[in-house]
Amino acid sequence: MQVLNLEGTEDTPKIMLDQANGIFEISGRSLPEDSAEFYRPVLEWLEQYSSAPNPSTDFTFKLEYFNTASSKLILDVLSALEDIKGMKISWYFHEDDEDMEEAGQEFSELVEIPFEFKTY
Amino acid sequence: MAQKLILVYQGEFTQESTKSILAMAERNLDTTGEDSSIRRKVFNVMVEALQNIVKHSDELVDGSVRSHTAIFLIGRDEKSYSIMSGNPIRNANIPNLTKALEKINSLDKEGLKEMYKEIIKNTTISEKGGAGLGFVDMRRKSGEKLDYQFPEMNPEYAFFCLKVNVSREKE
Repeated sequence: MQVLNLEGTEDTPKIMLDQANGIFEISGRSLPEDSAEFYRPVLEWLEQYSSAPNPSTDFTFKLEYFNTASSKLILDVLSALEDIKGMKISWYFHEDDEDMEEAGQEFSELVEIPFEFKTY
Repeated sequence: MAQKLILVYQGEFTQESTKSILAMAERNLDTTGEDSSIRRKVFNVMVEALQNIVKHSDELVDGSVRSHTAIFLIGRDEKSYSIMSGNPIRNANIPNLTKALEKINSLDKEGLKEMYKEIIKNTTISEKGGAGLGFVDMRRKSGEKLDYQFPEMNPEYAFFCLKVNVSREKE
């Protein structure tokens, strides 16, 4: 499957989705003007991936900041991941960023996927 | 107490101007050595306030003049930051906005959390705004009530003034 690799910018996160190397990561800042448009390729990639996923998938969120418009799309991404067997989320937050930790906990309450919380 | 204004912007609001304003404010907060968790909260409230203007500010039509102009300010004193915004709003849109803001201000921490989860779960991505999600977030991150007014501009429009305080004292 083709790798989806988007460089991060000041208002969009870095995206790396690479099935062959087992790298699945969204990191950085997410405050795009049109969050639905930005996350569309991610959701499309995941839809394709879900038809023939790896035996286990460790999906990393390492966000420094996301706006409320992105939070809905992050939930859409998580909902897409929910249907994939062997899924695990690694939710990273800066050690003094309680809001990001809490945001991860709230997402974990909205989907049925194991979350592991890690600091950076 | 007198507040020192650290940033004032008046004009057209777009995603591009939002990015410039954020970059300027961030630089200011960096150079003053503000605590990182306070910095993040201020940044958070700024983004939601700015994107609210970009997405929701009503176009002011005055005769042949159409304008999207609005204002955004950040003030600071010893105790807190104030993030303030002002934009035209059609009088017809005030009741719904007031209702949403009153509800958000009436909720406690738990209630706000539930409301946030409810909105992100149940609204679709195609909708223009977020059913007040930005306001919920500003209220949660700041921990303070949203302060708002609607002074009249003319028979058709008012000016929606919003002020959100972020305390500089660590919890």
